[in-house]
Amino acid sequence: MKQIIAGTILLAGITLVQPIRADEALTGTLKKIKDSGSISLGIRESSVPFSYYDDNNKVVGYSQDLALIVVDEIKRRLGMSNLEVKLVPVTSQNRIPLVQNGTVDLESGSTTNNLERQQQVSFSTDFFIIGTRLLVRKDSGIKDFTDLRGKNVVTTAGTTSERLLREMNQQNGMGMNVISAKDHGESFLILQSGRAVAFMMDDALLAGERAKAKQPNDWTIVGTPQSKEAYAMMFRKGDSAFKAIVDQAITSAETSGTTTKLYQKWFMSPIPPRGLNLNLPINDDMRALFKNPNDRAFQ
Amino acid sequence: MISELCFFSSLLAPHSSLLALDWSIFGQPAFDGSGNYFTFLLVGLGWTVLLSFTAFALALVVGFLVGVLRTVPSATLRAIAFGYTELFRNVPLLVQLFCWYFVFPEVVPVVGPWVKEAVSPLGQQIAASCLCLGLFTSSRVAEQVRAGLEPLLSRQSLAGLALGLPLRDVYGLVLLPITYRTLVPTLTSEFVNTVKNSAVASTIGMVELARQSQQLGEFTAHWYESFIAVTLLYALLNGAIILFSRWLERRWRIAGTIGK
Repeated sequence: MKQIIAGTILLAGITLVQPIRADEALTGTLKKIKDSGSISLGIRESSVPFSYYDDNNKVVGYSQDLALIVVDEIKRRLGMSNLEVKLVPVTSQNRIPLVQNGTVDLESGSTTNNLERQQQVSFSTDFFIIGTRLLVRKDSGIKDFTDLRGKNVVTTAGTTSERLLREMNQQNGMGMNVISAKDHGESFLILQSGRAVAFMMDDALLAGERAKAKQPNDWTIVGTPQSKEAYAMMFRKGDSAFKAIVDQAITSAETSGTTTKLYQKWFMSPIPPRGLNLNLPINDDMRALFKNPNDRAFQ
Repeated sequence: MISELCFFSSLLAPHSSLLALDWSIFGQPAFDGSGNYFTFLLVGLGWTVLLSFTAFALALVVGFLVGVLRTVPSATLRAIAFGYTELFRNVPLLVQLFCWYFVFPEVVPVVGPWVKEAVSPLGQQIAASCLCLGLFTSSRVAEQVRAGLEPLLSRQSLAGLALGLPLRDVYGLVLLPITYRTLVPTLTSEFVNTVKNSAVASTIGMVELARQSQQLGEFTAHWYESFIAVTLLYALLNGAIILFSRWLERRWRIAGTIGK
């Protein structure tokens, strides 16, 4: 498998590093970008610190920085130095339809690369790996999932965490009350108001919510990760030429150490809008990914 | 609903050639182990019916009361009813729901903490949704009741009073029996609106029809099928309500007024 990936990268390197010549027929998304002179980038409004608005109403974040690296690569390959970048805010409900119908060419936020979605859309090389864990009040005494027996637990609707919590409840007869909130902000509000003792979600997003709290130090992330998920960029299915360029850009960012620097910038240093530090040390899965980039889905 | 409209318009948009609808997803087992995704949607439909029917019953009771108060001789009672109507119809529904669910338990002493402590999360969601939808709709019902009563006030109510009926009986025996019949068509619209408005409950985590369709989309990644199915279910439910009200209209018609 390693050899195949290495071979693909090498092959991609040989055949595609040069700008695409004008007489070469472009297809799919690349043709659309060339013809319209613009690329529409799907962004998130409040997915801290992946893709969100800062205090100047500018889109920033780890995924946004990486998306701009990919856009630069597309500019270079298509020889379009003045490529216009249109930003389209998407939600977790409309992002797949918007990619499918052509409104969004490349979505870069906090989208999990999984097998169900792969039937509808295509994913790039993974750029982040999260574990699903718990955000709790420091003095709550909750250390792991087993402490949640008979308690109220909140999670964001339509996420893997919700599925896992409900499964856990049924299989282990834990008698939890699972509350599903509309978004991460509301989940954290329910946790803060004392209606739930724990908030289960992707650890990176939990760190993002914690940074928004009045007293971030009152809250802590605990528990054995119940699942791992890989985040990747999303685009239309069956467009191998476009995928090759996107993958190439992400792969070289990962192997050259650029993503490690981006990780330091967004997860281990103060970030806008309030200059708070998420303090989420890089995990082993992500170190392995950066050493050996791939587009594998965990489930 | 705007999001549904967007989905339908995108069906017609270019680049949709990649889109192949797969209706077999409704036969797949649901993520929560409750059955397949079709019964999963029906569970959501059940909650939508429970929420909107309860809320509309509340809206009728409160709405008729407030509507009557807006036409009574007492200026104080009229002012209170006016204030109530304006408060509940001028504040956006989403904001009202946020207040009932998030603000109310934090700011109201004794009752607020008790609600958070003793009532189950689902109970809190149901109570907040029903109160919010019911009171919002009641302000709209009240205005219609007032509009239905006002034309009757000069002649019918004076005639009633002249016959020596107390005010209570003027309303109970003369005015209201006419009003509720003439209001069937507009109240039908309110009922249908209540069903559609009940989708706001999904924002506080109620697992009603709109929420179930979002869940279905999230877990199967088949957004188009999910939203088409849910649109049809809403249309069917509202179609049934309209058929019922047509029947009621015919049954209650007053010769010489409506439904000639």
